[in-house]
Amino acid sequence: MAAPATDRRAQQDAHPSGDERFALLDKALKRARFEQDQLVELLHTAQEVFGHLSDDVLIYLARQLRLPPSRVLGVASFYHLFTFEPPGDHICTVCMGTACYVKGAEDVVRETSEAFDVPAGETTDDGRLTLWTARCVGSCGLAPVVVFDGTVLAKQTPQDLIAHVRELLAAEDAAAEEEAG
Amino acid sequence: MARRQRPNVPVVIDGHEVMAYPDESVLSAADREGIRIPRLCALEGTSVHGGCRLCVVEVAERHKLMPACGTTVVEDMEVRTRSRSLDEHRKLICELLLAEGNHVCAVCVSNGACELQDLAEELGVDHVRPDYQFPRRSVDASHPKYTFDPNRCVLCTRCVRTCAEVEGAHVWDLAGRASGSHLIADLGQEWGEAPSCTWCGKCVAVCPTGALAWKGKAVGEMRHDPSLVAFLSSAREQGEWVDREALR
Repeated sequence: MAAPATDRRAQQDAHPSGDERFALLDKALKRARFEQDQLVELLHTAQEVFGHLSDDVLIYLARQLRLPPSRVLGVASFYHLFTFEPPGDHICTVCMGTACYVKGAEDVVRETSEAFDVPAGETTDDGRLTLWTARCVGSCGLAPVVVFDGTVLAKQTPQDLIAHVRELLAAEDAAAEEEAG
Repeated sequence: MARRQRPNVPVVIDGHEVMAYPDESVLSAADREGIRIPRLCALEGTSVHGGCRLCVVEVAERHKLMPACGTTVVEDMEVRTRSRSLDEHRKLICELLLAEGNHVCAVCVSNGACELQDLAEELGVDHVRPDYQFPRRSVDASHPKYTFDPNRCVLCTRCVRTCAEVEGAHVWDLAGRASGSHLIADLGQEWGEAPSCTWCGKCVAVCPTGALAWKGKAVGEMRHDPSLVAFLSSAREQGEWVDREALR
């Protein structure tokens, strides 16, 4: 017996790669009723789910929303918050807002990027640390602010931050070694 | 564009009494009267973009300059298309356009038939005051029939609108922001790789500069034809290619 029409359609609409994360995106698409003006919201969802916006995901969104791919990429590339490269294991975002800048955020970025050999906005070659800058995270009283893996670190000096990151990476190395044996 | 009604909105443009259609733009009313307003992004047959700001005019009792292409006529509106300050604004805009890209007429396919070049001449741009930016942009010659040189692109979006609205393919769009804005084909691919391109060449026809050009054209050989799009879209509106009896 043939499968009910709805099942067949669901199968057709599912992403051919079989990646289950697309199901989460599908859910958001349905909630948005496939409205084209929900593009930015859906890009947010896609970035949350996948960590970055790959060509595959952009094409999928374009198809589902019946939008031209150039429009989807055009909108996504307009906003600083969207990223097209996969981020590293840890994301370190240094606030470059006015208050943080005055309190020395520039030094924090420069010295951190020298210490880990990664330019601001990019990921280390081993893929473990991503160094980003932000406009203002809205906690100017804590300047200079760093957001490390979602945790807010207040009043950071370059030394504080570098020590924090080194400690964390060393702890990870130790754990990996222990596991290996 | 053919219209059933007669123009019935009186407006004053540079002291001339002009009768305009109710939904007409100031730019189009001025054109019919034979009053020349400089423009770059405006293209008959496509939607209004209002990005180049070269067609700004002074409207009585409004404190800011209005783009003539995107301003609909209002009864007894008083418009001035020329003044010392307007001339200065337009000149500066043209200089900024020239400083932003790499506009080297001497090696350009459109030399001698370029709307940007004509504008600079019309506005009296004899030198460029802002610093040249000399951006590094690479040429895309991956398409078998056409080339895209972003160095000559002024981001007027004529090609974007033509491709989306007339051809219906929407291959082109703008990506990035501010000084990093640039034209992309599909997912930022090379033009030759863009699957939605139909090779129709309308974007090449409407390009005001030498950014989009036919392959194999030497310096000064390229001729664009933006009126093609006005012809196509008015023919479509009037149903020239279909059985009009059947439409009724």
